Amino acid sequence: MLIEVGHFALALALALSLVQAVMPVWAARSGDAALRAVATPAALGTFACILFSFGALTYAHATSDFSVQNVIENSHTAKPFLYKLSGVWGNHEGSMLLWVLILALFGALVAVARNSVPPVLRANTLAVQGLITFVFVLFIITTSNPFMRVSPAPVEGNDLNPLLQDFGLAIHPPLLYVGYVGFSITFAFAIAALIDGRIDAVWARAVRPWTLIAWSFLTLGIAMGSYWAYYELGWGGWWFWDPVENASLMPWLAGTALLHSTVVMEKRDALKVWTVLLAILTFSLSLLGTFIVRSGVLTSVHSFATDPTRGVFILAILILFIGGSLSLFAWRAPMLRQGGLFAPISREGALVMNNLFLAAACATVFVGTLYPLLLESLTSEKISVGPPFFNYTFIPLAIPLLLIVPFGQTLAWKRGDVHAASQRLFAAMGVALAVGLAVLAWTWGGPMMAPIGIGLGAYLVVGSAMEIVSRARGYGNSRARTVGAVMRRALGLPRSAWGTALAHAGVGIVVLGIAAQGWATEALGTVKPGESLTSGPYVATLDRVGPRTGENYEETTAFLTIRNTAGDFIGTVETGKRFYPSRKMNVTESGLLTIGVSQVYASLGEMVPGGAIGLRLYYKPLVLLIWLGSVVMALGGAVSLTDRRMRVGAPARAKEKAKALPGTMAPAE
Amino acid sequence: MSAARLPRVVVALMLLAGSSGTVLAVQPDEVLPDAKLEARARDISSGLRCLVCQNQSIDDSDAPLARDLRLIVRERLKAGDDDRQVQDYVVGRYGEYVLLRPVLALHTLLLWLTPLMALGLGIFGLWRLSRRRADHETKLSPAEEAEIAALTRRDR
Repeated sequence: MLIEVGHFALALALALSLVQAVMPVWAARSGDAALRAVATPAALGTFACILFSFGALTYAHATSDFSVQNVIENSHTAKPFLYKLSGVWGNHEGSMLLWVLILALFGALVAVARNSVPPVLRANTLAVQGLITFVFVLFIITTSNPFMRVSPAPVEGNDLNPLLQDFGLAIHPPLLYVGYVGFSITFAFAIAALIDGRIDAVWARAVRPWTLIAWSFLTLGIAMGSYWAYYELGWGGWWFWDPVENASLMPWLAGTALLHSTVVMEKRDALKVWTVLLAILTFSLSLLGTFIVRSGVLTSVHSFATDPTRGVFILAILILFIGGSLSLFAWRAPMLRQGGLFAPISREGALVMNNLFLAAACATVFVGTLYPLLLESLTSEKISVGPPFFNYTFIPLAIPLLLIVPFGQTLAWKRGDVHAASQRLFAAMGVALAVGLAVLAWTWGGPMMAPIGIGLGAYLVVGSAMEIVSRARGYGNSRARTVGAVMRRALGLPRSAWGTALAHAGVGIVVLGIAAQGWATEALGTVKPGESLTSGPYVATLDRVGPRTGENYEETTAFLTIRNTAGDFIGTVETGKRFYPSRKMNVTESGLLTIGVSQVYASLGEMVPGGAIGLRLYYKPLVLLIWLGSVVMALGGAVSLTDRRMRVGAPARAKEKAKALPGTMAPAE
Repeated sequence: MSAARLPRVVVALMLLAGSSGTVLAVQPDEVLPDAKLEARARDISSGLRCLVCQNQSIDDSDAPLARDLRLIVRERLKAGDDDRQVQDYVVGRYGEYVLLRPVLALHTLLLWLTPLMALGLGIFGLWRLSRRRADHETKLSPAEEAEIAALTRRDR
């Protein structure tokens, strides 16, 4: 019964989202404010209905209700409870339901947010959001209904794909979707501005918190996916330039550019048309990502949904939204008033450079991902575009981008002074050079790129720290004399300054982690109990091999003791091969031993007659920095969000203050 | 930025006893005794696509076909081929699809030029923007000049 009510609630959401989409537009024509105000309760109602619908499906999964097709296909009574819950979105239908749930959640948040968004802009934004929700709910109801019943109900389900029965993958989709779908709000704001024909700093300010939320979650989602691939796929790589990974990287790159261009727009009233275009492109790339994953058009390790009819529907959605929004852009953008000027050497100039390189990188990933498909359909020539291509093209674009980062923070708005900025960044450059050279000398004969990368990472981290220090210290007469005064002032700096510094330091930390992989070592061998394998500074000894039983799998486990080359005990690692009888699938469970931020990574290979096992042992120095740095980046986004400008009702107060103190400039941040 | 990952650097290889059946990426029994040659083999393998897999190199893949290709690569290396010749040999047998780094040719020109074109387009756009603004700033129509003249006269 609950399932049917859930299904009904989804249909109700379809109707309500249509109301949400149509009423504000109608109101705009008739000028009826009451009609326009319908958008808010409609958005809340849509969210409530989808939430109920999602709850019903979750209940079916949690209670293993095998009368529901979706539960049969993805659950099993012996499956651990956590994965019964994550199984809700571990399949196509459920993940689409999660997608629209987040879509409606963002709509509801915009409807109730008490910030100073002009009512017309808010209503139009809700209308666009309503239209997106309507189309996706229609997609679910017509092609991907998760509430299908089966009679008679079987006693047991087919279980979830074992690769997905993992904590990392349990939380990866929700994080990623909040990111993807979060950009729908900036998209809706952009379309609303185009419809309205008006765009200004108020718009930029209204959009910024949503961009920050989406970006932070997308960062976490990508990092989580990368960490999952690292430990679950069993060969220790953390980024494969897989189409599905690229699908999440593209909106991230565009979203990062958007995050920076809205700052320029808010502060300098420039880059308006470009910002609107970016907002459209970012969400378009999110939709493209959904299309790539959901349609299985570019099959890859991650694609667990392959169904052409759905693909065609999503393609239609893609054409409707991307084509429609770009047409609207082409028609209306020339009417938007061009914004202010900017000098090349200034903070906005650096941010323009940021946008230039991010956009070029995004275009490269885009073309690289879709080129084989396009070429094959046009000329029937088959080529592969793999990691080497992306490494050759992406990295040369990333390095100059990273080099500008500290300059962007240091340069002043309007008219910056490169010389002064360089002086202030002298410490960062000096430290970077010293670190790079020291590491190079220490690891002489090793890879050349790694010390360069370490230097670059150090430059970014120190540059971010120096930015906080020098701003807290102040200049000229107001220069703080004591350490205590600097500390006090540092704490008093705007949260957005801290957020920026943290996010940029996070990028530096990621770069450090990536660079250090140049020193990663790998060993493979066949070992019997009592024998050892050495990789880098660590030695793994096979203690024994034995069977182990989990809730829904059988495992053959290798128990290893890790020692350093001097023979001191470091820890133990277990790696196994799991067999899931319900799916008849084998999965390798890698064993990880974390030492500081480095890891020893063991992966069990084949069993050899005579009691020996194939063993693969990696030493991954500083590898955790890759994901910890991402977390720091997302944390930077979160700290920026707590800035008083972003807080509910804050802009109004800030404006009053500005009025009270005529002539004072907003602090550069 | 995973260039650091690309050159399979310090590949500490230990070949112990026994030979295994098949599968799971590079097997101990495939490893060449000559460490230098093996490092080259790994490097070449990581640039060759496993044809039956989804976006995996033969170095990462545990498919039997990938193993066959790995063995071919090692055989060619043992026969004294240089890296280029090994690659050409594999491409000759399996086609261009096997290369994870597409060749630079007419049909891939657009692909390889994308980063430069994107940058160029951006720079061109910025240049146009600055030009247009400069135009706006410097050139006033005669009517506007007259208007300003009139206004300033009235102020005085």
